[in-house]
Amino acid sequence: MGERLLTITDLRIEGRADEQWIPIVNGVDLTLDKGEVLGLIGESGAGKSTVGLAAMGYTRDGVRIAGGSVEFDGIDLVNAPLMQKRALLGKRIAYVAQSAAASFNPAHKLIDQHSEAPVRHGVMRKGESEEDAIELYRRLRLPNPEEIGFRYPHQVSGGQLQRAMTAMAMSCRPDLIIFDEPTTALDVTTQIEVLAAIRDIVEQFGTSAIYITHDLAVVAQMADRIKVLLRGDEVEEAPTRQMLEAPQEDYTRSLWAVRSFKRPAKPAPAADAVPVLSVQNVTAGYGKATVLRDVSFDIHEGRTVAVVGESGSGKSTAARCITGLLPPRSGQVELDGQALPLDYRNRSKEQLRQVQMIYQMADTALNPRKTIGEIIGRPVEFYLGLRGKAKRARVEELLTQIELPPGEFIDRLPSELSGGQKQRIGIARALAAEPKFIICDEVTSALDQLVAEGILKLLARLQDDLKLSYMFITHDLATVRAIADEVVVMKDGEVVEQGPKADMFTPPHHPYTDLLLSSVPEMDPDWLSELLAERGRDNLGDAAVGSMD
Amino acid sequence: MSSVAKIIGQRLLLGLLTLFVISVIIFTAVNMLPGDFAQAVLGQGATPEAVAAIRRDLGLDQPFLVRYWSWLSDMLRGDLGTSFAQANFATFTGNESQAGATVMAQIGPRFENTLFLAGVTAMIAVPFAVGLGILSALFRNSAFDKGANVFALTSISSPEFFLAYVLILFLAVLNPILPSLSNIYEGMGMGERLQRTLLPALTLTLVVTAHMMRMTRAAIINLLASPYIEMARLKGIKPMRVIVRHALPNALAPIINVIAINLAYLITGVVVVEVVFVYPGIGQLFVDSVKIRDIPVVQACCLIFAAAYILLNLMADIFSILSNPRLRHPK
Repeated sequence: MGERLLTITDLRIEGRADEQWIPIVNGVDLTLDKGEVLGLIGESGAGKSTVGLAAMGYTRDGVRIAGGSVEFDGIDLVNAPLMQKRALLGKRIAYVAQSAAASFNPAHKLIDQHSEAPVRHGVMRKGESEEDAIELYRRLRLPNPEEIGFRYPHQVSGGQLQRAMTAMAMSCRPDLIIFDEPTTALDVTTQIEVLAAIRDIVEQFGTSAIYITHDLAVVAQMADRIKVLLRGDEVEEAPTRQMLEAPQEDYTRSLWAVRSFKRPAKPAPAADAVPVLSVQNVTAGYGKATVLRDVSFDIHEGRTVAVVGESGSGKSTAARCITGLLPPRSGQVELDGQALPLDYRNRSKEQLRQVQMIYQMADTALNPRKTIGEIIGRPVEFYLGLRGKAKRARVEELLTQIELPPGEFIDRLPSELSGGQKQRIGIARALAAEPKFIICDEVTSALDQLVAEGILKLLARLQDDLKLSYMFITHDLATVRAIADEVVVMKDGEVVEQGPKADMFTPPHHPYTDLLLSSVPEMDPDWLSELLAERGRDNLGDAAVGSMD
Repeated sequence: MSSVAKIIGQRLLLGLLTLFVISVIIFTAVNMLPGDFAQAVLGQGATPEAVAAIRRDLGLDQPFLVRYWSWLSDMLRGDLGTSFAQANFATFTGNESQAGATVMAQIGPRFENTLFLAGVTAMIAVPFAVGLGILSALFRNSAFDKGANVFALTSISSPEFFLAYVLILFLAVLNPILPSLSNIYEGMGMGERLQRTLLPALTLTLVVTAHMMRMTRAAIINLLASPYIEMARLKGIKPMRVIVRHALPNALAPIINVIAINLAYLITGVVVVEVVFVYPGIGQLFVDSVKIRDIPVVQACCLIFAAAYILLNLMADIFSILSNPRLRHPK
């Protein structure tokens, strides 16, 4: 420690939009010592990834460094010739991307991609580099380290790929690694394993790192210092403990506060109440594979049932069975005590109207060529038969309900809206059918915490106003805490535990629920170390591997 | 691998089915051509009796379905039938063996020549076009890229005979390095054969390059925004290697398909170039046969063309599938 490795001074970066250069980063200063880990935190659009890439002297297409300097170990990366920069990249500065699944080349084996940098930079020969790769895989606690490198990316799970990518970044033993949201796309139980692996290997080799994330609790485990960015400006910077205990700026405090949003659970429904929606012994699958096994749960009027589980646990498949997109092999779905036809094609318009859906990716769920008025107007016309002025009036009313001024939004295209606004349009489209029951499929997981909180509050208000029932699919337990009345925990296509939220969050738990709950990072820099000590390394490895496959 | 074998099996069956459907279409279409062989041969002096006699001899008086069935079943046995024109000629010369009269004897050597020309062209054009595409993707938006695009688009937009005459002017007349006539024949040495085929092959190269080159360029550039390309750049890999090793293997499927379509064109659509260079390929034979209503030859040519298209597209499909590691190495 102590020796300076990276100095960024007054870095200004611009991006090209509509034939103009628009500032993205407005004069950020940053320093990093050898062996130090700096956490870079902020919401999307804060410029964290752009700063991270600029620290490598790299900008994406349509982005340029407009001013300031980036000095890596005495080398000026802004003005260095391409050849000189290329000789540093991969060798002395390495990068770990957000989605390992997208950042490994699908056409080549992992180990060939691993050894590419060492061989090309003349650090090692192919054979040496392969042996080294296996050693790194072992240190990162990948299963079958001898063999896993000889697979193609699609043959390896997400958490394993992320560790293989960290191994790849380590291949030339760089001085600096940029970690760009390496665990954002992973399940909580997998995230722990990757975090622990990254932290260990960075410590072992004394590598400096910039750790970019939007998750405070994660950065608290990884970083020595934290820097907060907001829309290309620095908000504040402090050592991790100090930042967590006494944030100075309002914005930082608001980030801290998001996780405190919590609505009390509603009183239990009457024992003889007919559930709005009842899933009964549903078994379903694709082709030969069975994805859901004997799943049952009820959702009562005005209540929210959160369905939680990791990816592959069957949450979304359950939603497809309810909407009739995937007719179950056995079991049935009842709406107000009446069995729904299993296939949506056999359902009446009235039955279809009652069950609506809000999707995870508002970006892809809205037709980019239709205006907001047309998108919301379509179900208004289709289900309620309103046309002309009546339709427009209803669309305006819906926009008001989702807290967007109608005059401003009704004629805009989805591409002109922010992520949170798009998700609100998704909600309005579901409301347009005037349904009783809405399935929310990971509706906040693509959003920043502040924006996500706004969406959750809106959904809660709409539920009170309109007596809506929600099935809330999520893998984020903070969201469950915030909004659910009841919780259904799924694993490998089966319900492992279900009950009121209060029961779910108080022991004793089902062992799997326990694993899920304890894996959610907490805003305590010692959380990860304590958890690892408590679980014991070997147990942790087994649990994470078991849950991944 | 079993899933790949299954997919390939399915494609093969589908190809056969397509070929069958095409055979029906060909037979129907050829039968709907105005006039018939008897009238074409007898010309103005045709008496109804003579026409009827010839029609009876050739089986043209049979009902449509009967004729189709006998044609198809002969075809399946590998018998392409007897050329009307040659059969006629054989009776006149008293040569009853009809050895030279089968459609096979007519088409066989011509088709070999066509394949030879297509093969020579492909060996020049495919590496040239793909290489040019890679280079223009590498130097995208540079003067080289623009120049390559202008060259390719100009050559595809010019009529084939014009390109042929320009090449003849420069390579045969002004600098007499290549012969302007490509009248190859059986028993010719390989070297001479190649030399005579080179000019038509170069002409065809100019015709087919643009499509393949632009698809290669577009397919590669399309991938350059992928995270794994960014990753390769951030590993300090040189631009040429980024494109050839990281982008190209993932861009193969569309490139292979365009190559297949262009190879099929080389087999089926080069009449003009054959005429200009007097190259004895199947295209000229086809046009002549249509002119004199030599139906068996026309049908056989059509079927060969269709089979060439289907076979090349089938191969393109198979190579595209093999270029996808997800299918080659299932989980």
